[in-house]
Amino acid sequence: MTAVDKTQNDVGTARHVAEREIVLAHGGGGQLTDQLLLETVMPRLSNPALDALDDGALLDPTGQDRVVMTTDGYVVQPWRFPGGNIGQIAVCGTVNDLAVSGATPMGISLAIIAAEGLKKKDLEAVLDSVAAASKRAGVPVVTGDTKVVGRDQADDIYLTTAGVGRRSPKVKLGIEHVRPGDVLLVNGPIGEHGLAVMLAREMPEVTSVLRSDVAPLNHLIAACMAELGDDLVFMRDATRGGLAGVAADLAAQSGYHVTLDEEAIPVRPEAQHAADMLGLDPLEVANEGKVVMVVREAAAEKALSVVRGFEDAELGGEAAVIGRVGDAADGVCELHTVIGGRRVIQKPYGEELPRIC
Amino acid sequence: MCLAVPAKIVAVKDEACATADLHGNQIDVSTVMTPDAGVGDWVLIHAGFAIQQLDQQTAMETWAVLNDLEPPPTQQAGPPT
Amino acid sequence: MNDLRSTTQRALDRLKRAADTLGRDVKLMEVCGTHTMSAFRSGLHALIPDNVKLISGPGCPVCVTAQGDIDQMIAISGEPDVVLCTYGDMMRVPGKHGSLEAMRCKGARIEVIYSTLEAVQLAQRQPNSRVVLAAVGFETTTPPTAAAIDAAAKLGLKNFSVLASHKLVVPAMTALLDSVGDDTTGIEGFLCPGHVSVIIGSDAYQPLIDTYRMPCVIGGFEPMLMADGMASLVEQVVAGEAKLENLYPEAVTPGGNPVAQELIDRIFEPDEVRWRGVGPIPGSGLAIRDEYAAYDARKVFALDDMPDREPNGCICGQVIAGLANPDGCSLFGTVCTPVRPIGPCMVSGEGTCQAWFKYQRPAIAARGRVAKEVVTA
Repeated sequence: MTAVDKTQNDVGTARHVAEREIVLAHGGGGQLTDQLLLETVMPRLSNPALDALDDGALLDPTGQDRVVMTTDGYVVQPWRFPGGNIGQIAVCGTVNDLAVSGATPMGISLAIIAAEGLKKKDLEAVLDSVAAASKRAGVPVVTGDTKVVGRDQADDIYLTTAGVGRRSPKVKLGIEHVRPGDVLLVNGPIGEHGLAVMLAREMPEVTSVLRSDVAPLNHLIAACMAELGDDLVFMRDATRGGLAGVAADLAAQSGYHVTLDEEAIPVRPEAQHAADMLGLDPLEVANEGKVVMVVREAAAEKALSVVRGFEDAELGGEAAVIGRVGDAADGVCELHTVIGGRRVIQKPYGEELPRIC
Repeated sequence: MCLAVPAKIVAVKDEACATADLHGNQIDVSTVMTPDAGVGDWVLIHAGFAIQQLDQQTAMETWAVLNDLEPPPTQQAGPPT
Repeated sequence: MNDLRSTTQRALDRLKRAADTLGRDVKLMEVCGTHTMSAFRSGLHALIPDNVKLISGPGCPVCVTAQGDIDQMIAISGEPDVVLCTYGDMMRVPGKHGSLEAMRCKGARIEVIYSTLEAVQLAQRQPNSRVVLAAVGFETTTPPTAAAIDAAAKLGLKNFSVLASHKLVVPAMTALLDSVGDDTTGIEGFLCPGHVSVIIGSDAYQPLIDTYRMPCVIGGFEPMLMADGMASLVEQVVAGEAKLENLYPEAVTPGGNPVAQELIDRIFEPDEVRWRGVGPIPGSGLAIRDEYAAYDARKVFALDDMPDREPNGCICGQVIAGLANPDGCSLFGTVCTPVRPIGPCMVSGEGTCQAWFKYQRPAIAARGRVAKEVVTA
């Protein structure tokens, strides 16, 4: 039996390996991740806090201050990329998940899984980034763990975190508050993290002005919550799956028709050109410092001025109103294109690969 | 069927390789198919190869006829700007 | 109204005037997956006049690759010491036994490349690996494959070979007209593929005009340029003309790129190749010349041809030939979706089925055919 025969027998006649085995796209934050959650995780672990499937879980929902908890794993390759490294992503990703849940982050944990042979100076670089991001967010790393595995068992370094935050019982944020007429706002140009990482991974010889947008959004979000109150009804950070994933989820989960205005969506030319070269859609590419906010129409101008006027202009200076929630109860997200056409926005499949065709 | 994007050559590395700029993204491309392209020339890039040197004069004329306007800055396979 | 919208509108107005003058339905075919994508991504279909139908022909290289050729790629990726290099487009195409993605799960070494020269460099770096470049595509993508073989030959590499499934566009277009007859497809004009034309030149379409009296327009990829190209085609139909118009002159010349053509001719020779759903078409593809047999993976690995067995119920072949729309397939949107694709037209980002599924879903849902989707609700 040749290696081929054996492999084919192992695969059997199954047409779709993703139904039998974990594939990379299962971790991509797209449709396959959803499928894994719904078919494999949820039936085993179902409980009210988990079933909400929010970025942060609400614990003790009747307490004085509600406790919100989140967790995440970080396996980005390469671990160092233009604009940051895995350390910033771990802190900012955790802080942002708490912040979009309406919580004030209190502290995060950090577990390091390092591969044998990782350079000490590289570990120091990661921890320096953790420290810098932690300081910028004003959220301490309060506990941690370190494990080392054989050099073939992991690529350099992985991080996992948990985060705990406090949420006022007055906060009314959630998909159930989304209504027709609400508008969507994003705090800046999209697609830059995913494109910068993909260029670093797939085309290391390319030098680009693109940088990851990784940033903690908790202060920006706190300012918006303070200024907008109940007019801010829903938030989600547009990480894996990109803006398309958030908008498609918003439509599907609210049950309303969501329209995005292509012309209004901020995309820098360098990102658009890199996406064109790789055959990718900037809407489907990951961000690490972008939040989509849904606000009441009457508060749209105010929301825009709060975000644009935020003291750290890097986080909100190029914010834009990019779409709205419509009346139709079809759960579909549609893009109004620059030329006046329309197309459906769906959640991406999972693993983004460069295309040449 | 084939994604190709216009880019400007900013450096010639050797007889078969040049650095091309796509609005801030610089990529080394093979120039075996565009032996006459030099620094400042626009080429079409497909899968890491320059497949054609673009005729800037014609490009501008085409777009002028279509547009009476400046060409958009970010469009795939648009003309040199 | 933005500039792009107003200029696109001008082209659409011209198309509308021609379509109104014609006063009947007219079917045009584009033969380029990038045209397919551009039209769907921009929502162009909804903006063109109702009596103008733009259908997608055999322009997506992933979609036209015969099932047997896909199975060969998958088989070779399981051979000892092989590192299979291919474009990201090919990873999820289902073969008889799984896909390249599935083989990677099973431990096969599969590298997604952007440039063919990465595969050559990999072979240099890893002398103990057998690097195989699985190459598909039309004339635009062929010169990079030829350049890789040329480079490997000059370096004297012994561990590099190419599993080539390159195809030629014009023979496919003529075969489409021959095999089904223009009465059946009803195609009255071709929007010719811009980047293939860069290589082969506009003169290459002359047989379609001389023999078939088929209007041909070479178009750019902006929706505006596509609309302009369609307007030219409909105007030709109105005038009863059949001529070649080149609306992409900044990149496409009458003779094409002679250096690229020489590169193709040096490494490859025309051959009969198999097209998915269509079968073998004489002279419609390229085989590696005997002088370069040492770099031909089919010879190096002594691969036999594998049978072309279409998945049950899949009509990708008819979709590729422009004979059926995706919603004419009983699998479309129910059994066959982008998450669980059955046929290649659903796998490929520029496949007609995936484009329909991704960008026209409300229309499909209205007809009650949409698959139940997984959402985190």
